[in-house]
Amino acid sequence: MSARLQRVLGYLGAVVVLLLGWQLLASVVGSPALPAPVDALTEFVRTFVPDLLPHLLTSAWRALAALTLGTVLAVPLGLYLGRSPRADAIVAPLIFLSYPVPKVVFLPVLLVLLGLGDLSKIGLIALIVFFQILVTSRDAARAIPAASVLSVRSLGAGRMQVFRHVVLPAALPEIFTALRIGTGTAVAVLFLAESIAGSQGLGYYIVDAWGRIAYNAMFAGILAMALLGVALYEVLDSLESRVCRWTKVGS
Amino acid sequence: MADLELRSVTHDYAGVGRDVRALFKLDLAVAHGEPVAVIGPSGCGKSTLLLLAAGMITPNVGEVLVAGSPVTGPRRTTALILQEYGLLPWKSVFHNAALGLEIRGVSRAEVQTRTFESLERVGLAEFAGSYPGELSGGMRQRLGLARALALDADLLLMDEPLSALDALTREDLQDLLLELWRVRGHASVLVTHSIEEAVFLGRRVVVLSPRPGTVAAIVDNPDMGERDYRGAPGFYELCAHVRSLLVQEGAVGRLAGTGGKG
Repeated sequence: MSARLQRVLGYLGAVVVLLLGWQLLASVVGSPALPAPVDALTEFVRTFVPDLLPHLLTSAWRALAALTLGTVLAVPLGLYLGRSPRADAIVAPLIFLSYPVPKVVFLPVLLVLLGLGDLSKIGLIALIVFFQILVTSRDAARAIPAASVLSVRSLGAGRMQVFRHVVLPAALPEIFTALRIGTGTAVAVLFLAESIAGSQGLGYYIVDAWGRIAYNAMFAGILAMALLGVALYEVLDSLESRVCRWTKVGS
Repeated sequence: MADLELRSVTHDYAGVGRDVRALFKLDLAVAHGEPVAVIGPSGCGKSTLLLLAAGMITPNVGEVLVAGSPVTGPRRTTALILQEYGLLPWKSVFHNAALGLEIRGVSRAEVQTRTFESLERVGLAEFAGSYPGELSGGMRQRLGLARALALDADLLLMDEPLSALDALTREDLQDLLLELWRVRGHASVLVTHSIEEAVFLGRRVVVLSPRPGTVAAIVDNPDMGERDYRGAPGFYELCAHVRSLLVQEGAVGRLAGTGGKG
């Protein structure tokens, strides 16, 4: 409990520092495009339930669906490739060639194929997350010590049991790290995708406010987007400390 | 009937560019309930011998029999205890000890009772909820033993299980191994680098020659397991004898650093 309290206090301190910095910057810049935190926060509170919340929920759903989809597809494939040299020899060149291609350039293609709604955004982000998790889980599975696999196999474990007892748990911490990095990318790409097409989501809200020169509303949207990022990160963090309890102990 | 029998076993590894011969025409029989220690220079194929006995690999030539039948894969009541303990850091002490039973699909209730019994036997019952990362080296090795005990193994294969421990912990664990053998009467093959350990825990001490490994000598050790054997004159004489055999095999120069108790 005290660790949680410490965490909350840490967050509060960081918020205060950020707000002070924002205030300082706003008064130095003195432009309506960068409103003071008080104005932005007032707007945020005033418009949160009627205006912001539906957009926030849309964006949150898209991000969560994409992260889930990308992870669920990438983890089994990555772990399999990491443990099967034969399959890896065939697939690895494909991954190495396609991994560095910025997936975001496929946004127009996806918009045409999947429409302007949820599907194209979820598809794009899932694609990006998929590659990040795929590469990470493949590498993590390759690095598993032979002794761990040997000891479990000597107990009579088959392929699936080796996966369940050794490969998956051994790779989980690294998968979570990749996911946490992935959330940052996901929210950034989400903003881009929503700002280009559609009439829902925080990206749309922010760019729309910008077009209307409603800078306070624009900043309320930015705050909501930041909130979304923090919430996703926190969810992953608490999930990780529950699933990977062993990483918090001892040596 | 021998519990474990290797008949004229030859085994090669695929090395870089050419095959490496690990074992050559090795014959070894371990009787029912007999503790055997295997000692030899580095790279004499000791670990290969254990992997063969555990059914993890099959020999290129020759036969491996356990309880009279050829070994084709891991066996229900053979336990392999590895140097790096083979523990899984992401599983609690309880689940590490229970792993063999869980893999074998034993019922939950039975897993519970047998695992706690075996943890109690090695003195780890109160640490059931901890993780291996929270245990000392000696405790981790006890946990490796607990897993074998939970399986009710009648054949224990140990690959330098105590080599990473300090001298005192090591003697402590040697006493525990002896005690467990006295109570349970399992057959065991202990691969070790330590002459004292081999003589303390092996009713017979098998000396292997350098690669390719083959049996160079077998030393009978009828007094093994007697009270205070470590301090007995016979113990020292046998250690000296085994040492001289290893010198003949050209191995002691290498053993000097790791062979002693401290």
